[in-house]
Amino acid sequence: MLKVNEIEVRLSGIPVIHNISLEVKKGELVTVVGSNGAGKSTLLKTIAGTLHPTKGTITFENREIHRLSTPDIVKLGITYIPEARLIFGPLTVEDNLELGAFIVDDKNEVKKNLDFVYQLFPRLKERRTQISGTLSGGEQQMLAIGRGLMSNPKLLMLDEPSLGLMPKLVDEMLDAVSKLRDMGKTILLVEQNVFESLQIADRGYVIQTGKTIKEGKGSELLASEEIKKAFLGL
Amino acid sequence: MLIIDALLQGLLIGLLFALVALGLTIIFGVMDIVNFAHGEFLMLGMYAVYWTNYFLNIDPLLALPVSAALGVILGLASYYLLISYLLRGPAIAQLFGTFGLMLFLQYLAMFLFSADYRMIERGFLVGKSISFGPFVFEATKLAAGVLSLISFAVVYYFLYKTKLGKALQATAINKEAATYMGIKTEKMNAIAWAIGGGTVGIAGGLLVNFYYAYPMVGILFVMIAFACVALGGFGSVKGVFFAGLLIGVLEMIFPVFGHLVGSDFLGPHFKFTVVYLAYFIIVVVRPQGLFGWKN
Repeated sequence: MLKVNEIEVRLSGIPVIHNISLEVKKGELVTVVGSNGAGKSTLLKTIAGTLHPTKGTITFENREIHRLSTPDIVKLGITYIPEARLIFGPLTVEDNLELGAFIVDDKNEVKKNLDFVYQLFPRLKERRTQISGTLSGGEQQMLAIGRGLMSNPKLLMLDEPSLGLMPKLVDEMLDAVSKLRDMGKTILLVEQNVFESLQIADRGYVIQTGKTIKEGKGSELLASEEIKKAFLGL
Repeated sequence: MLIIDALLQGLLIGLLFALVALGLTIIFGVMDIVNFAHGEFLMLGMYAVYWTNYFLNIDPLLALPVSAALGVILGLASYYLLISYLLRGPAIAQLFGTFGLMLFLQYLAMFLFSADYRMIERGFLVGKSISFGPFVFEATKLAAGVLSLISFAVVYYFLYKTKLGKALQATAINKEAATYMGIKTEKMNAIAWAIGGGTVGIAGGLLVNFYYAYPMVGILFVMIAFACVALGGFGSVKGVFFAGLLIGVLEMIFPVFGHLVGSDFLGPHFKFTVVYLAYFIIVVVRPQGLFGWKN
């Protein structure tokens, strides 16, 4: 479905991603793990069209997308869920969710997607008239994910959904992500929580300083000595 | 009684101030750009109604759509022909760019219309007054207040109740996050300039019913509008409404107060001192303005 071929991405002239390739197939939950500064968020922002690669190509459903703008990529069915800080704080929970469905013109579909999100995160329904900036960190993260689901995208890209959350909420969030995969969603997940995210992923890529250093099934990567040494401190 | 009368007159003119400042605060909110040429949009709106009335003998109130349309065109033309290019440069380029547009439009008006002061002489409401009990209102000012309020309400409804309006708010809050929803920033910028130009065009069309049109008239009103925007909280629509009313009332009450205490020193010629003094005090105490959420 999504193919990233040997891309290089520069931020103000300096290469942050040197050479990364990856593939996401329909229905898969793929995770990209790596330490801080490895280029994980840059990778997602490049796929989302906020940044553009200086080398290489990105294709989605056999169509080149790496020169398109973010709104055009959203219309093709790729939704990027940024960190929770990027919710629309002064607006209510429901306004945030409705904005997530900005590209959906059919009102019935918006209603359907809203019901789906409220079913996944009942807490958001309870708080739907609340100003979203006043939600707790975990609730803001739920809102960020819910907002991304409102356009019913073909590919969902999640940027560190567990960032800054307490351990119990990290598990809750990653549970929600694997639940979404079980419902048939295609997901590309970027995480710092190497262990937890590889556990739920079908496949994983390990990146370090802008390069892919290892790829394979989630369980294989968890078992590999290198990963244990580099990230799990074993 | 004088005080209550001044209060009511102040609220009426304040509604117009709020409408003038509305576009400024929306453009600032969405793009972080201060449009110095905003007062010149007002001036051209005044001329639009003046000349429509003069040449076509159409009542100034019925000519309002002309000034509204001119305002929208000016807003869109400024955005697409100038601002969208300035966005690629540093912030200071945008500052000088709109300042240059201000001077350009002023001298263009001077060239086209001369420096003469022009006032509408024929019109359904011109020279009439309406009284409610002891209070007498000039019909033109009453109409300006009421129509300003209606225009403001329409824009408010658009921003807070429609999908496109909410998308505009989303862009104002965080451009990057808005693009992840599929909202095109350039389109939102253009809408902000169209609303900004349209509302100030209407304000100009209302103002010319009781105030002279001349090429430099914009500066007086845009300074008040800047105070409204800062007072209300940069980018806040609710804020600019109440700030407009507050400034209108201050401007009207102060001379009455001076009159009551029998002081020449507190006369009408100092009214703007009080307006800006209030502005300075609020900015010192509450830099984000009355309703501001932007830092």
